[in-house]
Amino acid sequence: MALKIVKGSIDRMFDKNLQDLVRGIRNHKEDEAKYISTCIDEIKQELKQDNIAVKANAVCKLTYLQMLGYDVSWAAFNIVEVMSSSKFTYKRIGYLAASQCFHESTDVIMLTTNQIRKDLSSPNQYDTGVALTGLSCFVTPDLARDLANDIMTLMSHTKPYIRKKAVLIMYKVFLKYPESLRPAFPRLKEKLEDPDPGVQSAAVNVICELARRNPKNYLSLAPLFFKLMTSSTNNWVLIKIIKLFGALTPLEPRLGKKLIEPLTNLIHRIYLFFSQILHHLSAITLVCFSWLIAFLFFITVLISLSSGMPNHSASIQLCVQKLRILIEDSDQNLKYLGLLAMSKILKTHPKSVQSHKDLILQCLDDKDESIRLRALDLLYGMVSKKNLMEIVKKLMLHVDKAEGTTYRDELLTKIIDICSQSNYQYITNFEWYISILVELTRLEGTRHGHLIASQMLDVAIRVKAIRVFAVAQMATLLDNAHMLTGNTQRNGICEVLYAAAWICGEFSEHLENPMETLEAMLRPKVATLPGHIQAVYVQNAAKLFATVLKSQEGNTDSTTAQEASQLMIDRLPLFVQSANLEVQERASCILQLVKYIQKLQQKDVEVSEEVCALFAGELNPVAPKAQKKVPIPDGLDLDAWINEPPSESESEDEQPKAIFSKEEPKHSRPRHTEVDEKELARRREARKQEQANNPFYIKASPSSQKVYQETPGVEHIPVVQIDLSVPLKVPGLPMSDQYVKLEEERRQKERAEKKKKDKKKRKEKRSGRGKKHDSGPESEEDITPAHMVDIVTEEMPENALPSDDDERDPADPHKALDIDLDKPLADSEKLPVRSHRAAEVLKSPAEDEEGENVSSLEPKKKSSKEKREKKKDKDKDRKVKMLFDRRLLRLISVMLTFIFLFYSFDRKAYDIQGNLQDGSQVVVSVIFENKCDSFLKSMEFNVLDSLNSKLQRPEGSGPHDSLTIPFQLPPGVSNEARFVFTVQSIIMPQKLKGTLTFIVKNEESSTHEKLDFKLHFTCTSYLITTPCYSDAFAKLLESGDLKSSSIRLEGVNMPFHHLLARICFHHHFSVVERIDSCASMYSRSIQGHHVCLLVKITVSVDAKCDEPTLLGNVLDEIKQTFSQC
Amino acid sequence: MQFMLLFSRQGKLRLQKWYVPLSDKEKKKITRELVQTVLARKPKMCSFLEWRDLKIVYKRYASLYFCCATEGQDNELITLEIIHRYVELLDKYFGSVCELDIIFNFEKAYFILDEFLLGGEAQETSKKNVLKAIEQADLLQENEMGLFYALLAAVSTLN
Repeated sequence: MALKIVKGSIDRMFDKNLQDLVRGIRNHKEDEAKYISTCIDEIKQELKQDNIAVKANAVCKLTYLQMLGYDVSWAAFNIVEVMSSSKFTYKRIGYLAASQCFHESTDVIMLTTNQIRKDLSSPNQYDTGVALTGLSCFVTPDLARDLANDIMTLMSHTKPYIRKKAVLIMYKVFLKYPESLRPAFPRLKEKLEDPDPGVQSAAVNVICELARRNPKNYLSLAPLFFKLMTSSTNNWVLIKIIKLFGALTPLEPRLGKKLIEPLTNLIHRIYLFFSQILHHLSAITLVCFSWLIAFLFFITVLISLSSGMPNHSASIQLCVQKLRILIEDSDQNLKYLGLLAMSKILKTHPKSVQSHKDLILQCLDDKDESIRLRALDLLYGMVSKKNLMEIVKKLMLHVDKAEGTTYRDELLTKIIDICSQSNYQYITNFEWYISILVELTRLEGTRHGHLIASQMLDVAIRVKAIRVFAVAQMATLLDNAHMLTGNTQRNGICEVLYAAAWICGEFSEHLENPMETLEAMLRPKVATLPGHIQAVYVQNAAKLFATVLKSQEGNTDSTTAQEASQLMIDRLPLFVQSANLEVQERASCILQLVKYIQKLQQKDVEVSEEVCALFAGELNPVAPKAQKKVPIPDGLDLDAWINEPPSESESEDEQPKAIFSKEEPKHSRPRHTEVDEKELARRREARKQEQANNPFYIKASPSSQKVYQETPGVEHIPVVQIDLSVPLKVPGLPMSDQYVKLEEERRQKERAEKKKKDKKKRKEKRSGRGKKHDSGPESEEDITPAHMVDIVTEEMPENALPSDDDERDPADPHKALDIDLDKPLADSEKLPVRSHRAAEVLKSPAEDEEGENVSSLEPKKKSSKEKREKKKDKDKDRKVKMLFDRRLLRLISVMLTFIFLFYSFDRKAYDIQGNLQDGSQVVVSVIFENKCDSFLKSMEFNVLDSLNSKLQRPEGSGPHDSLTIPFQLPPGVSNEARFVFTVQSIIMPQKLKGTLTFIVKNEESSTHEKLDFKLHFTCTSYLITTPCYSDAFAKLLESGDLKSSSIRLEGVNMPFHHLLARICFHHHFSVVERIDSCASMYSRSIQGHHVCLLVKITVSVDAKCDEPTLLGNVLDEIKQTFSQC
Repeated sequence: MQFMLLFSRQGKLRLQKWYVPLSDKEKKKITRELVQTVLARKPKMCSFLEWRDLKIVYKRYASLYFCCATEGQDNELITLEIIHRYVELLDKYFGSVCELDIIFNFEKAYFILDEFLLGGEAQETSKKNVLKAIEQADLLQENEMGLFYALLAAVSTLN
């Protein structure tokens, strides 16, 4: 033996170790890939050897290669081998490799459960430590469930080294297995007062992380943390605790008051220290960082706590001043953090930050994008009516200067955000805003064209006073459209043309020269725009046409009107040929209409009124959520079919997803028009309805914008690219700067007028109190909007339900941890102890029920013994033990281990397969453990179906075919497979015979083997623990549908609550109510049978169930459980 | 903390530690993007970045970049402090650490990190305790390996 080791060691001398590999890679810079592939081949050879040292070395090298980006998932099993080495040296490498390479979908993880459990309970603290560290990286829900109890035990380990790690890893366990939180919480709380500071800080860490996500459940811990805060000297811990209080105080305002004093003391303490180094701030070294963190942190928390307490404004002023020093510092990190802290103060004390506007604007010039973004964030909260124009002007300058498109786009969105925030609260001059939007269209290559477009639409619709101006601007924009469409493929800015065309059309009565705009809209170049924009062009050309006709009404000279018709008839055919269906349809519709009108015109018939009626009606903005908030009238079932369900073939010719998909059926837009009064009235109605139903017309939320982007565009049409590297000034457009000046002048005038008035007043009143108005800057209220702006509020349906849809992301893992921690622990919540499947054991019968099914299996046992005799003759080396789930079957045979884990109603499977037989599926999990020294493969599992229970086999296989188990078993390895059974009736227990066939392979030979077994489906396994309220329970008993029966449990002498716990645990019941000497219990079968028990302290059980046979069987099983204890 | 990356000025990854389960493909993608972004920044710029919905905190020590990703609410300076602590630990353990130490003893670098951070949270704020734990684990390893070296010596004398 010793010689073998020596031999292995010598072999090892010649292997490449990690250092050699690294050196090799560095020496083969040119052909690295080739070198590494030879190395991987070597590693594969090494992994085949028996020597664990060689294997560990290979795994170590693989870990390095994994980091370089090579796939090593094929070696996952070897990693597990090295992990299970008894030597710490190798174990360490194995766990490291596992933590680097394993992730949740690595299938070998489930083989590690037992190994990890063994390491966790190792006498060597470093073994345990290394296992905990590894586990923290690859813990899966299964591992968390199986190991939760072991880790919880480690939280009370004698060594602080282990306690600390165990406490920290519990957080990961909670995330993966939320059920463990309640049982583990008391111990976690205990650790807050652990004598070891490391453990204490770990516990604070975990609870803070938990509480940050669901603060309300942790309010009761506030006094404890308060004590910790005043006593702890560890800055890391203090910061965490204060963070926790930051989350708790919004829920409990009294807490804030209580905190002020100790916090102020703390700040004072830190500030004293801090002020010593403050004068040479630039020299701050990393040593001071933790102090600095604490300082920054405490001031922000203090500020959030003291909001609403006026006497603290002085200290906040002080904080802001100190922050200013940080921001002015040359150290970029301090600058960034200062801005960050500033934005926190801004939320509660906007006034005190606003005075530092100059500084923030300066930061916009910083080279560092991180800092610029922070400054932008701050600006958003700093604008007021007074400074909006100035700030936006500054930002516009930056837009011109900005280099990267990402930053420029960010600036653009921020400008729009700033201006449109709280319903355009800060905009006093909408003409200015429109001109800003128009200026923004100069941006080339921005992604945010649709954003600008939606703003234009929104403003034009909601601010009635601005429409004249907006229409004029949009008309110019349309006229210069060629400048915006330089590069259609990549230019998102052409989206604004969509808004421009719509505004010009809809509010065409304000147009100075509609004929010109009409001409601009029908230029051949328009056909290169994306389809959805063309469609709007065509539709709005028709609106313009109507306006032109109207303006010519009563004019004896009808040439202009006829010119307009001719123009339409000349240009529209281009759109009729469009590849886009929407464009084509609208164009052909309108073309026919215009042709008809032309005929009428030639007969000198007045048509303008009728044509205008087509587009009559005012459009009102609708709130984005309005549709959702329309209450459903009583008696309306939205899910019911109105007509017979359509046959399948109809769905095939469904329209492609287009913007107007929500439109009314097309019958309202006849192709061959006959303009008579009735028809027009009908169309008018249809149009109104369409507009009312079509959120697209009015709403400008980004989501609706997205929809029309999806429509097929004209990207494939080659476009002559116009290179416009110089920023464009769209000719003829007034610049926003002019507006700034105008606005200034206006304000000054107003101020002057006001002064005059004041003077007058003063003269009249002879009181000198009006001085304030003279020199001080004008206050917010003084600024009146340039013209009376009527911001139309968005329409909401009548009796809409006010609700904040502040939903949390359902995928958030922390949501599952929102658990009430103050409720006492129920028996069923205890963490599973030593088992393969924790969740299962919660429901499964007890361990001491082992003998339950012994009788049923006795004959089998004998036969397997016989078999063993035979086997021994054949192959004496092979030694295999079988284990069983105590509840289901006990079977000792020669080859394999079966552990029947659970039978439970699998709702998911039911859902997926759409099986309509309710509750007829049962999942059986089987663990196969190979206890022999040979390799097992080609395992096939088969069960002889009974009439009642059938194994679900893949489609296409016969009723007697066996299922192939999708894995092979190397020696000493176990793995789990699940089988689904369909069960018709669940009222009787069942036994199913089955066989497992497999090939046993060793070096010399491979043999085919067979193993018989029996599956025992008890009635208990069909019951699911279902909670039931006592009133529902009483109703159930009163209903009279239930048959009753009763038993006495003989020879039971255990405390009553043990008895109840046992029934809950083994037979899946839950306690409904307990009154002194008796308790009512409830459970439900997977097929919905109710089972009610009344258990008395005299150990008699009265039971009721709607299925007497099921009840009889369940009671028999309960009796059996207790007869064995 | 979500993950920590160490990479050289040439963009070569020297160490990676992930505290969130991600597939190899995602990890590679994130690493590549992040290394590019960080390397593109000029030396005088601040150590913080907003990237996707994460906060990136990085610091350059000699030719090595230490880069951590945290969630939005975490404190930047604490993360910076964690990076610095780790560098100090490496420095103490290797004795004025350089990039080559980490390349050739990358498993040691991992062991130190694992003693310092667990599941993305700082588990030990005392440098002394971390080093003590590492030294003792190393001692254990040496004792185990002692047998191996003794055997080697025996073989060589036999020969």
